[in-house]
Amino acid sequence: MSEPARVAILGAGHAGGTAAALLRQYGFAGPIALVGEEPIAPYQRPPLSKAWLKGEADAESLALKPVEFYAEHDIDFRPSTLALSLNRGARTVALSDGSELPYDFLILATGARPIALPIPGADLAGVMFLRTAADAETLKATVGPGKRLAVVGGGYIGLEVAASGRALGAEVVVLEREARLLARVACDTLSDFFKAYHEQHGVRFELSATAVAFEGEDDHVTGVRLADGRLVASDAVVVGVGAHPNDEIARDCGLDTARGVVVDLDARTSDPAIFAIGDVAHRPMPIYDRMFRMESVPNALEGAKQAASAIAGRPRPPGEVPWQWSDQYDLKLQIAGYAFDVDEILVRGDPKSGHFAVFHLQGDRVQAVEAINAAAEFMMGKQLIGARRPVSKARLADPSISMKEVAA
Amino acid sequence: MAKITYIEHDGTEHVVEVKTGLTVMEGAVKNNIPGIDADCGGACACATCHVYVDEAWRDKTGTSSAMEESMLDFAENVEPNSRLSCQIKVSDALDGLVVRMPESQH
Repeated sequence: MSEPARVAILGAGHAGGTAAALLRQYGFAGPIALVGEEPIAPYQRPPLSKAWLKGEADAESLALKPVEFYAEHDIDFRPSTLALSLNRGARTVALSDGSELPYDFLILATGARPIALPIPGADLAGVMFLRTAADAETLKATVGPGKRLAVVGGGYIGLEVAASGRALGAEVVVLEREARLLARVACDTLSDFFKAYHEQHGVRFELSATAVAFEGEDDHVTGVRLADGRLVASDAVVVGVGAHPNDEIARDCGLDTARGVVVDLDARTSDPAIFAIGDVAHRPMPIYDRMFRMESVPNALEGAKQAASAIAGRPRPPGEVPWQWSDQYDLKLQIAGYAFDVDEILVRGDPKSGHFAVFHLQGDRVQAVEAINAAAEFMMGKQLIGARRPVSKARLADPSISMKEVAA
Repeated sequence: MAKITYIEHDGTEHVVEVKTGLTVMEGAVKNNIPGIDADCGGACACATCHVYVDEAWRDKTGTSSAMEESMLDFAENVEPNSRLSCQIKVSDALDGLVVRMPESQH
């Protein structure tokens, strides 16, 4: 009788943690090792820039599963451990504790690391990222009434930190390199709306502002030097300018990579025994006839479902429409889809009312929707995107017609 | 603290103690009770923590916000006693609460 297959999961973030739990839920009974570089069990990152900073959540409340879950379900969880290299021929992983971990199936869930600005002063105390619970702990201890917080990067991280910083009474300035906020992820209408909303809450913005150095005294940051020569005095800095996939371990052993580990619709890499999921995966998106890498919780969950299904011998799960959300002040931004191949933008509702949605259309089909406090537009929009169903633009633009009627 | 009974679609009952301040969703996830997916972790952004609140408890669980109502509108198999469990906060007043999970959350 043959031994049951062994699974090794490298990375104990949202994707890796979920894959381990799903394998057991799907009836996979073989050994599972879950290797993570952080010292704590898998947890949710989204609240780190929101509830955690505001003191409304802690490590226990963010855990994906209670810590006893892993032992109870025969999952060998190894925190504070790095995977150093893969030996695909021997099917083993060299770990930082000196051991070799054998596998029959391997799931790469190594995620992404914050991009560090390669500018002078980056090592000064007080210059922070926000990715891990440890980062959030440091940031929380720093932000408070009267503290001057500079945020480099006007993307989701930057804006959520700005909103939380204001809630804690800090003075906040956001320094964005591009001419508008959320330049890579949202349209002009949305950028303008968020800028105005943040400004109403006391956040200052410097757009088209490139940080060229961090200035400091006694090894602690005292300000950010901009390309135009001005100095933005600050007590603390959060850098949120994007993340780089941790795909080196895959590249080093000859797997296909493309700024991320290339996978198919089952999350399988160019090696049939190896899968890649979450922030590190470069995956196909049939709706857009493209391949790309996404950084979101829904993406991590979908990859985990795909890999666990393939390993446990379950049918491939139906494809999902990619989506994400961001909470800033009392605004809930929900985005479904990606604005590829768009020839028209249609706004439904009045931005001044605080709830509206921006639809991105290709002909009469919805490619993406960005909804602000507009759950019906988000949910129905997501269905329209997935079904590739044409829609009447006149009806879509008319808020007096419900989204259910529009989509009927 | 509240004793909450979660009943799966196939009738399997799980009775657990849930700390005050957690949500009904968190009570299920932390106790590994199947049937509540909670993909967004409680941000009222995904409608996969849908439950049916037992009639006797509907008033005690309070009323839903506009956001919850909108999200719930698009969940599967919604009934008048449907709620998103991530929006129901646990307190002593909910001791004895009974909720049922739908057949599927997606």
